This record gives sequence, C-alpha cells and structure tokens, in this order.
Amino acid sequence: MHRASRSKRSIFQLSISLGKGLIVMWSRLWSFRISYLFIAPFLICFALFIVIPIVAAVGLSFTYYNGIEPPRFIGWSNFQYLIAQDLLFLKYALPNTFKFAIIVGPGGYAAAFLLAWLISKLRGSFRKWVALAMYTPSLTVGIAMTIIWLPLLSGDRIGYLNSFLLKIGFIDIPKLWVTSPDLLMNSMIVVTLWSSMGVGFLAMLAGILNVDTTLYEAGKIDGIKNNLQELWFITIPSMKPQMLFGAVMAIVTTFKTGAIGVELSGQNPTPEYAGHLIVNHINDYGFIRFEMGYAATISVFLLILMYFANKLSWGLFGTKEE
Amino acid sequence: MLVLSVVMILPIIYIFNHAFKPYHELFIYPPKFFVQEPNIQNFVELFWVTSNSIVPVSRYLFNSLFISAASVIGVTAVSALCAYPLSKHPFPGRKFIFAVILLMLMFTPEVIQIPRYLVVSQLGIMNTYLGHLLPVLALPVGVFLLKQFVDQIPDSLLEASRIDGANEFIVFFRIIIPMCMPAIATVAILSFQNSWGNVETSMLFMQDDEMKNFPFFLSTLTNNLANNVARQGAAAVAALIMLVPNLVFFIILQGKVISTMAHSGIK
Repeated sequence: MHRASRSKRSIFQLSISLGKGLIVMWSRLWSFRISYLFIAPFLICFALFIVIPIVAAVGLSFTYYNGIEPPRFIGWSNFQYLIAQDLLFLKYALPNTFKFAIIVGPGGYAAAFLLAWLISKLRGSFRKWVALAMYTPSLTVGIAMTIIWLPLLSGDRIGYLNSFLLKIGFIDIPKLWVTSPDLLMNSMIVVTLWSSMGVGFLAMLAGILNVDTTLYEAGKIDGIKNNLQELWFITIPSMKPQMLFGAVMAIVTTFKTGAIGVELSGQNPTPEYAGHLIVNHINDYGFIRFEMGYAATISVFLLILMYFANKLSWGLFGTKEE
Repeated sequence: MLVLSVVMILPIIYIFNHAFKPYHELFIYPPKFFVQEPNIQNFVELFWVTSNSIVPVSRYLFNSLFISAASVIGVTAVSALCAYPLSKHPFPGRKFIFAVILLMLMFTPEVIQIPRYLVVSQLGIMNTYLGHLLPVLALPVGVFLLKQFVDQIPDSLLEASRIDGANEFIVFFRIIIPMCMPAIATVAILSFQNSWGNVETSMLFMQDDEMKNFPFFLSTLTNNLANNVARQGAAAVAALIMLVPNLVFFIILQGKVISTMAHSGIK
C-alpha cells in the first residue's frame, strides 16, 4: 500500500518533470522561432529534392519497381545482381568510372592547384585575365561543349585536330577521336579536364592569394631557399581549408560528368560501351528500361563511392586538431 | 603559362568565330580556325527559320531567361536566409543541420535523378515553371559559402544593432545582406550557371515542348551533329548564346568571387 503510493508519487513526479522538460524544450524552440522561420524555405526544398530522394533511393534499391506497379520488396537481390551478374556494369561502367575518376579527379585537382599557384605568381591585372582564361571553359556548360569539341575532334579530315595533325605529319590517316572505342575515353578525359577548373580552382586561387605575406618573410629568415620549399612548408599548410573544399568540389564534378561520353560520340550507349560510366548506367536502367528499383541500387552504390572518395580527401586535407 | 592559357581559351575563341562563319566557310577544306567573311547569316537562321517550327526559339529563350532569373533570385534569397541563423543563432539542431548540408555538399543531385523524378511527379509540378525552379532552389554550396562568409561578421556589430532596437529582420536586411554582397554575388553566379545550362529539368520533368528551355533546344539541334550538315550554323550561334551571359556575369563579378572563395574553407 505504502509502496504503491510511493511508486505512484514517483511516476507522478517523473511525469511532472518530463512535462516541465518538454515545456522548457518547447519554449527554447519557440524562442528561436525566427531562426527556424529563416531557414525553413531552404530546409523544405533541401529535404524535398535532396534528402528525401536519397532516402527514397535507398528504400527503392531493395525493391523491384518499374514505375507503374507499386514497388515490390525483394531484399538484397538488386545488390547481388549488381556486384555479381551485371556484366555491363562490371565490365564497362565500373572500370570506366574508376579510370575516368582517377585521372580526372586527382589529375584535375593537381592541375588546378598548380595553375592557381602559377597564376598567383603573376602580377597585376594580367593575373586577372589569365585566371579568367582558365575559368571560362567551366562556363561552357553541358550541351554547348559538344558544339565546341565535335568539330574540333571530328573523325574525318575536316576535323580541326585531324587536319592540324595531318598537316604537321604527325598522323597519316584521320583518327576517329570520338567514335572509336579506343580513343573515346581519352577524348572524354581531355574535354573534362579542360572544363574542370571550376569553383574549386577559384577557391584555391583565393586561398593562395590570401596567405599571410609575413609568413613568407618569416620563412625566408628560417632558411627557406626556393619556391618549392615555400610552397610545401608555407602555402599548402596555410590554405588547407581551401584545398579540402577544392577536393570535395573536384569529386562532385568528376562523378556528375556522366553525359559527356554520350554527347561526344553522339550515341547512347557509347560505341562498345567505351565511355559507359555509372551515371550512364543509371540512366540506361532508369529511363530507358524502366527498372527504377535497380537503377536506384546503382545510385546508392555511386553515392557510397562518392562518400568514400570524400572521406579519403578529408583524411588527406582535414584539420585534425580542431 | 601564357601558352597554356591560350590553349585553354582556344575553343572559346573558336565558338565566337564559328558563330559568324557563313556556310561555305563552315565546311571548307582545309578548315580555317578564324572566320574570314564574318556575317550574321547564322543568327538569322536561328531566329527566322526556326520560328516556323511549332515552338519558336524565342519561346525557349524566354523560358531559359525567366527560369534563370527566378532561380538566381530564389537561390540567393533562400540561401542567405538559411545561412544567417546557421551562423549566428545558437538554436537547437543547428549543428546537425549544418552537418547534413556539409554531407550533401559531397553529393551531386544528378546521381539521384530517379527518386527526384518521383518526388516531382508526386508534387504535381510536372510541366510547370515550378518544376524547373524548385529542384534547383536548394543549393548546398550556396548556403555553405554564405555561412562561411557570415561567420566573418563580428557578433558585436549584431549585438549593437539589437540594443538599438533592431529586430532580426532589420538586422538581416540592413547588416547581413549589405555586408555579404560579395558572397551573394558569388552564389548568384553559381546558381545562374546551374540553371542556365540545366537540361535535366527539361528532359525529365517537362513533357510539353513549349515548357522546355534553351539548352534543351540546343541539344535537339546537336543530335548527331558530327555527321549532320543542316543547322550547324544555328547550333554554333546557340552555343554562343549559352556562353556569353555566363562570361559577362563572371567578368563583372570576378573580384567578388575571389574574395568569397578566400573564406570557403571546410573546417
């Protein structure tokens, strides 16, 4: 009797304190209502078009879904098919993506950094125009790219590159830059590298320009002899945040340039799947074969790949002390 | 260095030259890089000949201009609104929200086209301008850059204006916005680039041709361009039209972009 009333009392007290806690929390949330109001528009769009699609992709990846019938749960079999049986994926999409990503990602990143560094050595308004020249290619978005590169890389002798190489005697028959399976990948890499000096490049340039000049003077006193030592011991450590931002942006652009092969070769799928990337594979299954569940599985795979690529760059450039 | 920058910019110079080449020059052998008898025949072709088709090119151009303008205004407004509290208000959940935005910075929306398509069709905004606009409105890079920039504004300044009786909206419009102009300009450029060249929304979310945008129209011109003689000139002009606004915007705002990027570290 006594015990029961005690436990009742403690439950009562507990619920009171819980209620109080809720009220405190609510009033805390309420006191920041303006903050929430401010961020609401972004968060709603963000949730609708980025977070929910990612969650939905994960959900759909476990189903069979053709866009007409409701999704049917089939467990891990999409993933099993992807890593064990999908020959197109294993033989073309995956190796192509790796090759493409490894050259364009770190390669473009290193090129961006070197260019930014060289540009920072230039003086005055000249620097501005060189930086502009480097950044401009990344402005030629998507489709416009084909207009520029197709005539340049055209497979007959009218193509500018072929005609030039023929004239200087470097080759004797015109090369099929974009339609031959051997050369398509290289053309894709060159074109993507050309247009990859984007936001990350600008960030790195800004980072280099903003390094405290007194550091260089101090470095000189401490015995730094040449430009390379200066670069290694002072510039890179003081612009780590921009380096990281540049790396993240490089990874994002690398994985999103999937359409370039299709645009260059004018064929989908590309000749003998030479330029078949994971993004093409997703589009192939999602919008041509309407196997949306399976396409979602491939998307999830790509997301995981991007996540680990980013983890790697955080490991390399992240500031650990903070 | 100079040589490299010339190589980088060659295709751009080419695009300018190409747009003004008359037909007999487009296909001469050996091909000439620079235009010899510049004329505007291609422009005429693009606007006059295609105006006989079902959807005139001006409609695509209008769609593109309208969508881009709306998205620049929308993205900058939405991003700035979000960045300010994220940087200056200690509200519960802010760390979590910023962490999620940082995480999403690492992903590109292109890889999740299918579920996005489903969301858009569920919302019933297929075939409307909203369908063009809403999916590009949330730009994680925009919020990220602005937040890093707002971090530089001293708290004491905001405190002082609050003591003077300014509410959050006044603080936002009178202090945050003017002080963030470089970052806002940068985000405006990024969002313009993003939506100006965006074929994805037209391709996936728009069924009616008159709702599609200019880059989509360009892609119809360039189908099998390599072995197609007709409309080469028109396509060259269209590519020029795609490039020039981007270029002009960037040249005007270059200094601001650089100063924003100086604060763009992920810490």
